[in-house]
Amino acid sequence: MKKVMVGNHAVAWGVRLARVEVISAYPITPQTQVVEKLSEMCADGTLPARFIKVESEHSAMAAVIGASAAGVRAFTASSSHGLLYMHEMLHWAGGSRLPIVMVNVNRSVGAPWNIWTDQNDSLSQRDTGWVQLYCETNQEVVDTTIVAFKLAESLNVPVMLMLDGFYLSHTAEPVDVPDQELVDRFLPKRVATYKLDTEQPHAFGALVKPDAYMEMRWMQQEAFRQVPEALAGIEQDWARMFGRSYGAIESYRADDAELLLVTSGTVTSTARAVVDARRGNGEKIGLLKIKMFRPFPTALVRDALRGVPRVAVLDRNVSPGHGGIFAEELRSALYDLPDAERPELFGFVLGLGGRDITPAVIDEIIEQTRAGTVPSREDLWVGVNP
Amino acid sequence: MSQVRIDKRIPQGKLVASGHLACPGCAAPLAMKLALNTLGSNTIVVMPASCFTIIAGPWPQSSLQVPVFHTAFATGPAVASGVRAALDQQGKHDTTVLVWVGDGGTFDIGLQSLSGAAERNENIIYVCYDNEAYMNTGIQRSSATPWGAWTTTTPAQFPEASPKKDMLAIMAAHNIPYAATATAAYPVDFVEKVQKAKAMRGTRFIHLLSPCPPGWKCGDDEGLELARMAVQSRVFPMLEVEHGQRWRLTMYHVGESVEPYLRRQGRFRHLSAEQVAHIQAGIDARWAQLVKRVEADSLVGV
Repeated sequence: MKKVMVGNHAVAWGVRLARVEVISAYPITPQTQVVEKLSEMCADGTLPARFIKVESEHSAMAAVIGASAAGVRAFTASSSHGLLYMHEMLHWAGGSRLPIVMVNVNRSVGAPWNIWTDQNDSLSQRDTGWVQLYCETNQEVVDTTIVAFKLAESLNVPVMLMLDGFYLSHTAEPVDVPDQELVDRFLPKRVATYKLDTEQPHAFGALVKPDAYMEMRWMQQEAFRQVPEALAGIEQDWARMFGRSYGAIESYRADDAELLLVTSGTVTSTARAVVDARRGNGEKIGLLKIKMFRPFPTALVRDALRGVPRVAVLDRNVSPGHGGIFAEELRSALYDLPDAERPELFGFVLGLGGRDITPAVIDEIIEQTRAGTVPSREDLWVGVNP
Repeated sequence: MSQVRIDKRIPQGKLVASGHLACPGCAAPLAMKLALNTLGSNTIVVMPASCFTIIAGPWPQSSLQVPVFHTAFATGPAVASGVRAALDQQGKHDTTVLVWVGDGGTFDIGLQSLSGAAERNENIIYVCYDNEAYMNTGIQRSSATPWGAWTTTTPAQFPEASPKKDMLAIMAAHNIPYAATATAAYPVDFVEKVQKAKAMRGTRFIHLLSPCPPGWKCGDDEGLELARMAVQSRVFPMLEVEHGQRWRLTMYHVGESVEPYLRRQGRFRHLSAEQVAHIQAGIDARWAQLVKRVEADSLVGV
């Protein structure tokens, strides 16, 4: 069934098809349509979930932690300051190894106030023990919401899915809504490995001393090590049933490329158009989309970028005092490639607080990358008028 | 060997094991034992950070023989809301969800999530065991610390300057089905309140005065006696409020002078006669107000 829908409604459809049992959320721009649509679905019975309308995002995350610990499939959504307010409980969900799925609609962080997109909200939650997946289209949002539950429940890790505020959350696109019966076959009802059960009482999250805490963190790390392979397998099943898949990363027209753009989120679509135009002129320019930021797909990006002469990383985020966050992660991932195979990496910080990233901006980045003799130690800020 | 006779109204059970890690004389495990043995094994405990995080025992042990979910400081009522929703979705409507929190987690950092849960009338029982300061971190003041008390953050030269927050009134103002005060020093009264709470649905709140010998600077064997004195001197009256409307005193309060109660505790040792008189005047004023309210509801006389 094809429907035209905005990204936020694509989230709600994914949640409905995944037959989520408990939802808890608090409204924040630009995520509000997610909670509105889910409220409608719960009210009209098309989604028989309990929706706990809490007084804060901190409580929203706490409530889905309680629900997930008691054995059901649980979901929340937030953005920006809401996500930051959840921070403590993001760690608690990660450490509790609960297969919660949440959507974060990427929005900049104050001060000063700004409601438009960038990735500093979710990237600042990098170390909380959540898988992070960045989506490019509304179709990818619906599909990934369902895939995320399968991934989360297979390894007992929480999964956070991102879509760009307004550029995707409020943009309508045609979406092929997956068939419910097929989704049910793909994602059966959750059977919790461990849960709060009065028949088999256990204590969860009790004080753990130094002699065992590290082993628990190691087990968490082990689970994250398995994520890339698990996601690939799950996506294979998804592709067999629905004919679509995305991958942790995607190389686009990258064969024999002399320059690769590296993107995440909706900038990818703009970059695809630029790459198509450049390829039309016979220029050897391609694209690498990074969908999965945590765990960082180190082996995959190393293979994708090995031997490419120049790479331009587009970061819609910044770590003050350091640089673009994807660029930093990539430098680290590529460090141990042999010199002859290691690309020259040019980092660009752009599009913060929702500033438009047009094809002309990407053209400028391409020219700067070509013109550069050696990459600057500090990432270049694009379009800034200090 | 003398025989101890236990009041038949006190339920027996083994839902709290003897190997817990409370300080000598702590009233909290006794209260937990009374509560859990009254509620029974079909209970799930949500436990935000508090002394009881330690008392319940480190992994892989647990002194509570029911499922426990340990959670971050501010989140007891929100986690409990999620557990409740999940149980209901699984058809387990008869399982009790008990939140067990200290005064810091209730009066201070957890007040927002508690207010949210109460406003939604979540079907949970919430017990605040109030030892009147952050005892687990080493006796720092909370908004449950009484006026004039010494703590490590309110030294004797400048003791606690604010009166204790009126938590029962705050909860009653949410018009929840049940709000009550209690103490393990009056076990039958406490057990009856837990029984009454268990028979109801919606948010049920019990504010429990829980003596802490290291924090109150009293002997290990003095806690329960001090709690009785707190009740009888009307420092901590035994009350229940149904649906925010019907206020009722659940026992007779003698109206003893507060001075012996204060003088037995090191945390009040620095108080002058004038300061003690000031405390007494405050108690008398609050009592007069309370009696008026109870009489207005005209259910039971005082």
